[in-house]
Amino acid sequence: MYVSHLQLADYRSYPEVYLELGPGISTFVGANGTGKTNLVEAIGYVATLDSHRVSTDAPLVRKGAERAVVRAAVVRGDRTAMIDLEITPGKANRARLNRAPATRPREILGILRAVLFAPEDLALVKGDPGERRRFLDELLVARAPRLAGVRSDYDRVLKQRNALLKSASASLAKRRDVDLSTLDVWDEHLATAGADLIAARLSLVSELQPLVAKSYAELTSAGGPPVLQYRCSAVPDDATPVPSEHPQLVDTLRAALRDSRDQELQRGVGLVGPHRDDLRLHLDDLPAKGYASQGEAWSYALSLRLAGFELLRADGDDPVLILDDVFAELDAERRRRLAEHVRYAEQVLVSAAVPDDIPDELRGARFVVREGGVTRE
Amino acid sequence: MYEGAVQNLIDELGRLPGVGPKSAQRIAFHLLAAETADVKRLTHALTEVKERVRFCDICGNVSEEEECRICRDARRDGAVICVVEESKDVVAIERTREYRGRYHVLGGAISPIEGVGPDDLRIKELMARLSDGQVTELILATDPNLEGEATATYLARLVKPMGLKVTRLASGLPVGGDLEYADEVTLGRAFEGRRSLED
Repeated sequence: MYVSHLQLADYRSYPEVYLELGPGISTFVGANGTGKTNLVEAIGYVATLDSHRVSTDAPLVRKGAERAVVRAAVVRGDRTAMIDLEITPGKANRARLNRAPATRPREILGILRAVLFAPEDLALVKGDPGERRRFLDELLVARAPRLAGVRSDYDRVLKQRNALLKSASASLAKRRDVDLSTLDVWDEHLATAGADLIAARLSLVSELQPLVAKSYAELTSAGGPPVLQYRCSAVPDDATPVPSEHPQLVDTLRAALRDSRDQELQRGVGLVGPHRDDLRLHLDDLPAKGYASQGEAWSYALSLRLAGFELLRADGDDPVLILDDVFAELDAERRRRLAEHVRYAEQVLVSAAVPDDIPDELRGARFVVREGGVTRE
Repeated sequence: MYEGAVQNLIDELGRLPGVGPKSAQRIAFHLLAAETADVKRLTHALTEVKERVRFCDICGNVSEEEECRICRDARRDGAVICVVEESKDVVAIERTREYRGRYHVLGGAISPIEGVGPDDLRIKELMARLSDGQVTELILATDPNLEGEATATYLARLVKPMGLKVTRLASGLPVGGDLEYADEVTLGRAFEGRRSLED
């Protein structure tokens, strides 16, 4: 699939911009701060309803404007889907599909599939577990939009249960009696919803493993091989394997919730469940976080994204591949290898501050980005 | 901001559920323009509802007497109790004309975020009704959302030692609907709850 049109209104630095894109490679070149990333960020937002740079929507709206509008046409085979998104900070987004209102913005998830790689992705290797959980969950939802529902169900259970733990812990601190029978009920719901999410993540990780190893070997000959390991907060030590079947996962979560109940009540917050899990990244048998060099960490993060790309591609449709300001961070050898790897994708969007950073293999349609405007060269 | 009485009215109307500031203003000006007799009728209805309507001592449904119409009706089956969250759920089930048992209105669902626990619901009253051994089946008809499910699970566990039959309303596809329009959660539930056509 590819994005054939992109129109932005009051999005970030753009009062108004309209772009026609084609399949194959398009590059966006311009000095820092002119708005290259804003363009690819908007395309990423249409795919995931989330920005790779900020966690709230407020910065996406141009200063002084009330709402931002992103409109994209997505070509898939011989069909074109028009997606309209209205982003109003503090309110629910509004979405339209082919000019008809979608009942929930969630319904447009999965229409545009994109894999975005940006400098922020170094945090996949060096950052907190939350970054890696987000990576897994975004990929899950892109592959099966149904899982967006599983995630929001889990989040809801978590919120209710945490509210209960908080009030129970406050009562216990004042030495008041607490009725814990409702906590049993929330434990049960957390175990079932949590097991759904963990089972999906586990099967994703086992699918990613060979693809990450392959991408990594293609990008660099240094270090490796990369090994992915999903760590469950419900399974306390590394030696115990994480069960992969749903019923066993429910049992494991139940038991872990029982064991950590005193601690949870003391701290007033849930300590067990997929929201506390981690995807551990190893190089050979050393943890990449801490041991990997800068170059290795970059290759690792890039391999994770490329593996995601390969998975989505195997499901049928080529996702749009977005490389945001990536080449400046890589040496000449890695640039060349990356270019070789991605040049056959149906659509590749590349942004760079210095035109010479873009390898020759990725010469395509070139757009020059200047303060507040984009022109095709 | 308007002068005293008008603004007071807008403020009061704005506190009602589902009424925003714009609607409140519209209703207020509608009332200003209306005939005095119409407004009198409305104020009378408002006072009357607070004076005359109360909650049934037995089931918690809205009623004008100590016991509601359904609890007084000797023809209703006293062996089955259907547990719902709100009085309006009773009306919804009554419209089916299928159910001949009695009701119990909880007054909400368990939701720690909103500070609603079992003690805030009419669960003690329900347990008292179950203790005399007359009831043989309890139908849990709380809403099919997370809070309603949690409440149903809680009640099912609570009454389990009493040894009565506990059932939960089925969830699945709407009658007369199209399969293709069902969302994936509903369709998933419908699959789980599928039944054999042979018996």
